[in-house]
Amino acid sequence: MAEGKLKSIADLLAAHPLFAGLDPAIADLLAGCARNVHFAAGAYLFQADDAADTFYLLRGGDVALELRMPGRGRLTVQTLHPGEVVGASWILPPYRWRFDARAIGDVRATSLDAACLRAKCDADPRIGYDVMKRFLPIVAERLQTTRLRLLDLYAPPAEVGRQL
Amino acid sequence: MTAIARSYQPPAAEADMLPRPFRVVARQQELADCVSLELAPVEGAPLGFVPGQFTMLYVHGVGEIPISISGDPSVSERLVHTIRDVGAVTGALCRLQEGARVGVRGPYGSAWPLERAFGRHLFVVAGGLGLAPLRPLVHWALANRHRLKSVALVYGTRSPDNLLFLEQLRAWAASEGLELGITVDRATADWQGRVGLVTDLLPGMLHDPAETVAMLCGPEPMMRFAAQALGSAGVPQADIHLSMERNMKCGLGWCGHCQLGPFLICRDGPVLPYAELHRLLTVWEL
Repeated sequence: MAEGKLKSIADLLAAHPLFAGLDPAIADLLAGCARNVHFAAGAYLFQADDAADTFYLLRGGDVALELRMPGRGRLTVQTLHPGEVVGASWILPPYRWRFDARAIGDVRATSLDAACLRAKCDADPRIGYDVMKRFLPIVAERLQTTRLRLLDLYAPPAEVGRQL
Repeated sequence: MTAIARSYQPPAAEADMLPRPFRVVARQQELADCVSLELAPVEGAPLGFVPGQFTMLYVHGVGEIPISISGDPSVSERLVHTIRDVGAVTGALCRLQEGARVGVRGPYGSAWPLERAFGRHLFVVAGGLGLAPLRPLVHWALANRHRLKSVALVYGTRSPDNLLFLEQLRAWAASEGLELGITVDRATADWQGRVGLVTDLLPGMLHDPAETVAMLCGPEPMMRFAAQALGSAGVPQADIHLSMERNMKCGLGWCGHCQLGPFLICRDGPVLPYAELHRLLTVWEL
């Protein structure tokens, strides 16, 4: 039964875009760190400054990354959608989340125990290299889109002039 | 008007520079700094146009500027322009009320290559006020829906309170003829939609890249990155079209103000294929 459960999670992992084409042997190994989770609308997957001990592969529903600002309430930094990954701060010290992650609607996801995954990556650099190669494009893409949004491209010219 | 003035026939070149008098017949405040004006000719035939074209609008005593036509091309009696107040002439246009007169030259420029979309997927990418020049295209696409495999509109803007044509977007989203994706750069938590770039929407909405024709309008860096993303996803470069903007003066390709490399945007554009533009978009001097 336990093996069947692990197999099914391995299949879910392999079906997620993050792990597309993953060696089935590695998928089986990573499945030991994974489980299926569900969040009701409005629930928090994690909150800023909490330990980044679990990250999520979204399978259904949307998630908002938020920042609380006194006087302005919750500001949405980015939204994440099925096929995307929620959380990257688990990769590097100090392993703390930078933002809150809130389920916009009902969310289905596969969670991965970060300490478990890091241990497997440390134990087998081949796995670690594969995982890092999959995560680096996500981090790079988020950096690039953040840079573009910093430009405030849709701002009226007068406001751009004031900023400059 | 004197008999001499009535009988005066300007030479062809001069006639091209003479604005026709139009009257504002309706005014819609779209956003805090953005107005749509519906114009009708004071006399003579309505002005027909093809989606993608623009006119030169002249506010008497203030100046003349190019503005894209933003209305339904099948409703030629009303010529619609959507204008953001960013300067002296646009400000004067935004302050015009019903009944006011305005001069119109045109329509000018190239159109969206509508025929290329027949039998294929039409993918429209709008950024900010760039939705205005694309609205005639969407009207046309919905009227010709049976000739297109699908129609998708991806729209990115600054924040939820900057969404242009909101009621129309809702109506389009409710129709079965069009798949709509909206994203904003910044939002508070009460916004239930997406926050991110227009390119974030491509994986979920671009269904058959090789059979897709894409048409883009918005800030130039946004179009550049969106065109790159569409190309990387497999949309042929020859099927990606951009509506360009440069400082125009004559609208007729005479003065050269709007030159972009080998193109005069008023005459050869504003709609140009990405295949011919992509090398120019990163040349600083242009």
